[in-house]
Amino acid sequence: MAETPEVFEGAETMNGQAAEGTWEPKILGILCNWCSYAGADLAGSARLQHPPNVRIVRVPCSGRVDPQFVLKGFLRGFDGVLVSGCHPGDCHYAKGNYYARRRLTLLTRFLETMGIPRERFQFQWVSASEGARWAESVREMTERIRKLGPFQGVGRPVPLLIPVVARQAETQPVGVEAQ
Amino acid sequence: MARVGVFVCWCGSNIARTVDVQRVAEEAGRIPGVVFATDYKYMCSEPGQTMVRDAIRDHRLDRVVVASCSPRLHEPTFQRCISEAGLNPYMVEMANIREHCSWVHQDKDAATEKAIDLVRMAVAKARRDFPLFRNEIPITKRALVIGGGVAGIQAALDIADAGYPVTLVERTPSIGGRMAQYDKTFPTLDCAACILTPKMVDCASHPNITILTYAEVEEVTGFVGNFNIRIRKKARGVDMEKCTGCGVCYSKCPVKVPNEFEEGMGERRAIYVPFPQAVPNVPVIDREHCRLNNDLKCGVCQKLCPTGAIAYDQQDEVVTEQFGAIVVATGFRMWDHSQIGEYGYGSIPDVISGLQFERLMNASGPTEGKIVRPSDHRPPKTVVFVACVGSRSENHGHEYCSKVCCMYTAKHALLLKEKYPDTQSYVFYMDIRANGKGYEEFVRRTIEEYGANYIRGRVSRIYRHGDKVVVKGADTLLGRPVEIEADMVVLATAMEPQEDAKDLARKLGISTDQHNWFSEAHPKLKPVEVLSSGIFLAGACQYPKDIPDTVAQASGAASKVAGLFSKPHLLSEPMIASVREEDCAACGQCVQVCPFSAIELVELNGKNGASRRAARVNEGLCHGCGTCVAGCRGSCIDLRGFTNAQVLSEIDALALA
Repeated sequence: MAETPEVFEGAETMNGQAAEGTWEPKILGILCNWCSYAGADLAGSARLQHPPNVRIVRVPCSGRVDPQFVLKGFLRGFDGVLVSGCHPGDCHYAKGNYYARRRLTLLTRFLETMGIPRERFQFQWVSASEGARWAESVREMTERIRKLGPFQGVGRPVPLLIPVVARQAETQPVGVEAQ
Repeated sequence: MARVGVFVCWCGSNIARTVDVQRVAEEAGRIPGVVFATDYKYMCSEPGQTMVRDAIRDHRLDRVVVASCSPRLHEPTFQRCISEAGLNPYMVEMANIREHCSWVHQDKDAATEKAIDLVRMAVAKARRDFPLFRNEIPITKRALVIGGGVAGIQAALDIADAGYPVTLVERTPSIGGRMAQYDKTFPTLDCAACILTPKMVDCASHPNITILTYAEVEEVTGFVGNFNIRIRKKARGVDMEKCTGCGVCYSKCPVKVPNEFEEGMGERRAIYVPFPQAVPNVPVIDREHCRLNNDLKCGVCQKLCPTGAIAYDQQDEVVTEQFGAIVVATGFRMWDHSQIGEYGYGSIPDVISGLQFERLMNASGPTEGKIVRPSDHRPPKTVVFVACVGSRSENHGHEYCSKVCCMYTAKHALLLKEKYPDTQSYVFYMDIRANGKGYEEFVRRTIEEYGANYIRGRVSRIYRHGDKVVVKGADTLLGRPVEIEADMVVLATAMEPQEDAKDLARKLGISTDQHNWFSEAHPKLKPVEVLSSGIFLAGACQYPKDIPDTVAQASGAASKVAGLFSKPHLLSEPMIASVREEDCAACGQCVQVCPFSAIELVELNGKNGASRRAARVNEGLCHGCGTCVAGCRGSCIDLRGFTNAQVLSEIDALALA
């Protein structure tokens, strides 16, 4: 059934793991530097134990989170994506998180259209002082995804999306000479 | 092809206990692009850093991944380390395998797998690292201080003493601010005027300070080091050059209006100086009340002025000047309690505010220091002070503590007893917050030596009974109702931000909290800075403060300004957005979403005289949040250091490894 190996190869591997009972949810975390990443650091300093299922990508601001990043996560076989930013009003850049909220709200609807259940995507606020909240959100999300089981992949990739994502990954950063 | 070196840190046992560091290093060595991988007990130590530098040389590394603690802790350390080895400092990436891994997981296999994943991600990002450079930005070494109260005065003096020119803008006719209204200051009972007026005079005579009174900031553009600020100098009606401050004009002016400086308890003329020690000592014509401005015959002041300084037809003057830094010291206002009508303020003449009591006590006040009832000018025998009027009250919109009321109420009770030993004062309080040097001792003295009767509890009602004012309340310590027949009631009303604080915040591009107090950059570690660089806070515009705290913060703000100006130039932050102009469709989406107004659409001159528009990032204004990048429809704007390619490659790197 797979047309694009990029999407489905991994999913099959995971289905295999699930069958063997060795499957563990893999969750992509995209965290803003100033609040949530620092909150996750605080969870570390306070030794607040939580499941090892989240892989964190650091971005300066939740406003930096391109909906593509979330889609890319699902396309690459993550079972869930967690975006975490500063509380409304606390954004280090004044209002980046408000833009994030609007974009990701829209994205949630798009994900459903794509056949990705909204339970697999979470957008939340965690401040630099909320280590416990971070640990708790990782626990919750991991358990939720575990119940949902491995992500089966999007029904059929929207034709336009893959080329865009692929091109992005290959493009040299703008404004800089090629290395 | 990138040549990446991976350095896995044990952090003693902090990482090594839960993560198999050797296995991480082995796996890292197999990642494409990695030409060298090793582990070491303490990567941040001098031997560890030497190991990194040696490896860069021996293995011709051009990118480095350090798998250790949070980048928020040691990224700068390793940036320095690799730049010493000749690499661009931005060619290092950190994999956070301590805070995000070894410290929060128990299962060694799972933690090791996760650590390997995090290293994979960091390597993927590092392979797309490219050198970043900080640009030099020139600084205009001139500071603007907004607000001429004690905070502004102190900041201006300190900056000027450091050798930099300062312009002090004050919107009322004189500098001095609230402190000029006070009688004595707690807990030392120094006369406020005696310690403030010399500073005001110092300001006026300092060669580095320009004072613009009766002036307001209208517009702020630009950025740290190079602010362009438009200031409106309101028409004074008096020529500052010609006026000698003799005072004939206001002694003969026929118009009398309530005096704001006396909190409405005295009168001033239509041409006036707010108080005798005003700096500058040049009167202002209050156009709203001047007879000439109201089509009535007058011109008395012009006829009498010996130097011909009166200029009725003077116009507002608008100037635009460049400044490198701004100190915001706009202070506070007292909550207007008459709006609520509670406690009879505004309807019972002998219920007054703490600031009005302050003016009554002041030897240069409306009664020359005699404390009398506003209703019949008789000295009161029994005075009730009510603390926390509007403060610490959700109902009144001030959840916060106004901080100074406990102390000035104690001061009022003490000074009242000192002046009139046969008076009795009662203080209704919620808690006594006397947390400053010598403050607790001061309150104790007021109670024990000066016999102030402190009653813990709230006042429920204040009403008139004959010529008395009856205060009904509860003593919650004794658990019984209290009723006091007083001659005068003094309300310690809440401090509030200036009415137009939000407007100024918008002009400056700084943020406020829900009450409109200006927000500092960090509540503990950056109390003077705001999130926009080059702007600093001093005094009660940030939050209620007493004079020592205000002066300390003002000096702090001044030293931040001096520190900024001491550099030959500024260095820009390299992790900022940049536009690929050839692909930009000039849709303006980035312009709209930028929180810092750092992006504008500019005309590009193409071939054959053709012109088109494209977005351009002002590198001095961009803070590098990347909101524009996520919003760009054509992906032709990107964020250096966090490019689309970098973030996507991190996600790719993990795919089902």
